[in-house]
Amino acid sequence: MIIVLVELDEESLEVSREALTFARTLSAAGGGVPIDAVVVGEVTPEDVADLGRYAVREVHQVGGEAFSAYSAAAWAAAVLEVQRAKGSVVVMAGGTNRGTEVLAHVAARAGVGMAANVVAFNGLAPFTVNRQVMGGAVLEEMQLDGRPAVFTVAGHAVEAVPAEAPTTPVVVPVAPTVAEADLVARVVATEERPQGEGGNLKTAKVVVGAGRGAGGPDGFGAVVELADLLGGSLGVSRVVTSLGWRPHHEQVGQTGTRISPDLYIPCGISGAIQHWAGCASSKVILAINTDDEAPMVTKATYAVIGDMHEIVPAINEALKQG
Amino acid sequence: MTNVLVCIKRVPDSSSDVVLTDDAQAVDGRYAGFTVSPHENCAVELAVQVAGATGGEATVVTLGTEEAGEQLRGVLALGCTAATHVVADAPAYGPADVARELAAVVRDHEAAGRAHDLILLGNDAADSGDFQVGIRLAYELARPVVTGVKTVEMEGDTVVARGEGPTGQDTYRLPVPAVVTVLEGGVEPRYPTVSGRMKAKKIEIEQRQPAAAPAGPQRVKLFLPPAVPSQVSVLGQGPEAAGAVVDLFAELGVTR
Ligand SMILES: Cc1cc2nc3c(=O)[nH]c(=O)nc-3n(C[C@H](O)[C@H](O)[C@H](O)COP(=O)(O)OP(=O)(O)OC[C@H]3O[C@@H](n4cnc5c(N)ncnc54)[C@H](O)[C@@H]3O)c2cc1C
Ligand SMILES: Nc1ncnc2c1ncn2[C@@H]1O[C@H](COP(=O)(O)O)[C@@H](O)[C@H]1O
Repeated sequence: MIIVLVELDEESLEVSREALTFARTLSAAGGGVPIDAVVVGEVTPEDVADLGRYAVREVHQVGGEAFSAYSAAAWAAAVLEVQRAKGSVVVMAGGTNRGTEVLAHVAARAGVGMAANVVAFNGLAPFTVNRQVMGGAVLEEMQLDGRPAVFTVAGHAVEAVPAEAPTTPVVVPVAPTVAEADLVARVVATEERPQGEGGNLKTAKVVVGAGRGAGGPDGFGAVVELADLLGGSLGVSRVVTSLGWRPHHEQVGQTGTRISPDLYIPCGISGAIQHWAGCASSKVILAINTDDEAPMVTKATYAVIGDMHEIVPAINEALKQG
Repeated sequence: MTNVLVCIKRVPDSSSDVVLTDDAQAVDGRYAGFTVSPHENCAVELAVQVAGATGGEATVVTLGTEEAGEQLRGVLALGCTAATHVVADAPAYGPADVARELAAVVRDHEAAGRAHDLILLGNDAADSGDFQVGIRLAYELARPVVTGVKTVEMEGDTVVARGEGPTGQDTYRLPVPAVVTVLEGGVEPRYPTVSGRMKAKKIEIEQRQPAAAPAGPQRVKLFLPPAVPSQVSVLGQGPEAAGAVVDLFAELGVTR
């Protein structure tokens, strides 16, 4: 059996669905091995129906006081309790911050290796996968000899596709006993993010990007306006945050946010590999750059060549008239 | 007083073209140069801040080849006052191996009367990106661990760490000794000063051999993703292209 740790919050759900989609490849290679989900906390009937669309057999719903606030160690204990009870040979999750953290705990506790940011499954014997390293600039073929095989699926590396044959998952409540030591590093307070701020860069349908080409802290007026006109978010390069022109939570890339909008409009961004790591999953890219040979331009779907300080205001005017 | 240990890794800079070694086991940094992950630069900054605020000592450690001494010197110039260098070929070590070696350093220092109350690492190394050395180190030492935080402060013997969770900013409070891994963005790493560099030169780096042979990283090989030929369609030059851009927005259905 394959266990997938599923996170249902708005920011993580799509990546969890991608992991479930990925799990079906493994399931097929193993001759139809069942896929079970582990979910911590509330599960609504709509959630169960959604998991059914991704061919989940059983939903192990983890509850109890120990899970009222997030602790990676406690989540890992729960995942391992299900894994041991079912004797499952694969434990996986979407490559979210928590998915990765919990699975690293699982691997350390089980004394096995872990592959982070897997993009492809190569075969069962030996169990090998390809994963992203160097922010996606390089791929690593890695062998997972230990059992369970533990890995996370890189966010937005595969598309979430519902199964041809949906299931009606059975919900099985689990209330694992959790050791005190596993609750020491536990969230004690959460300051909820206001709607429509920074946080939705991850889920935005349109992102307008700006890099060094913005020229200075005052060079963002037009790109912010364009983002507003399109109901999108602003994303920036690391040069921009390092120079203090914009806050770090707007940074896109290997050490910033990974975005996957329908449309990304990078203005004055060269497209360094570490920036690309964060925007490669954009469906359409429209690059605006003075240099027609910048990597961002050659990798883009569309481009406009020229000065962003002339082009973006002209686009804004045309939008307002249209 | 909080004594802090910060763990850094010398990694090839991938800002320009990436070249692999002949055996496909590592990225060849000889052309592009070497660096340290921005996450670790922030961990260093936090280490120096915490040690400074509490009157403790900040120590830096790395496992890497002889050349990684360059990265240790760089961190010493920022205000760490001691450095330990486990001299070994990092690509031959998996995350479990690295964690075991770092744990050996911590235990030996503790036995010698230099306990590290707080251990800071990057959330993930810029090259191998295993996302797990900090967590494995915590299990080796039976300490609590929090990952991916942006700020770290001490309140007495309590570590207060804050980071972005799925719905907002999460706060953790945990007792020392503890392990915390850091993401870029919460602090501005300082630049070295001339006097900092001078001080760093005088510090003797503790060099040691690995405690055990590595089990290895389970790596079969590295390879480069196939280059995708450019298919860009240029809509125009300069502001005259605005009309074509708005037409594209309409076609994509992104206009409101
Ligand atoms: C380990 C590591 C992690 C990193 N993580 C990240 C990350 O998460 N995110 C990230 O972005 N970077 C990251 N970087 C940095 C990355 O390597 C690049 O340095 C950075 O992305 C470059 O930013 P930029 O494109 O704004 O600037 P530049 O590379 O300087 O490019 C500026 C571009 O703007 C164009 N331009 C200039 N003026 C104009 C104008 N008036 N109009 C239109 N175009 C103009 C130029 O032609 C050029 O293409 C990381 C680096 C390392 C080593
Ligand atoms: N060879 C090493 N020497 C010292 N610290 C390391 C080494 N490898 C990894 N680390 C630390 O562990 C963090 C996570 O690395 P990783 O789990 O490999 O992604 C890094 O950001 C470093 O802080």
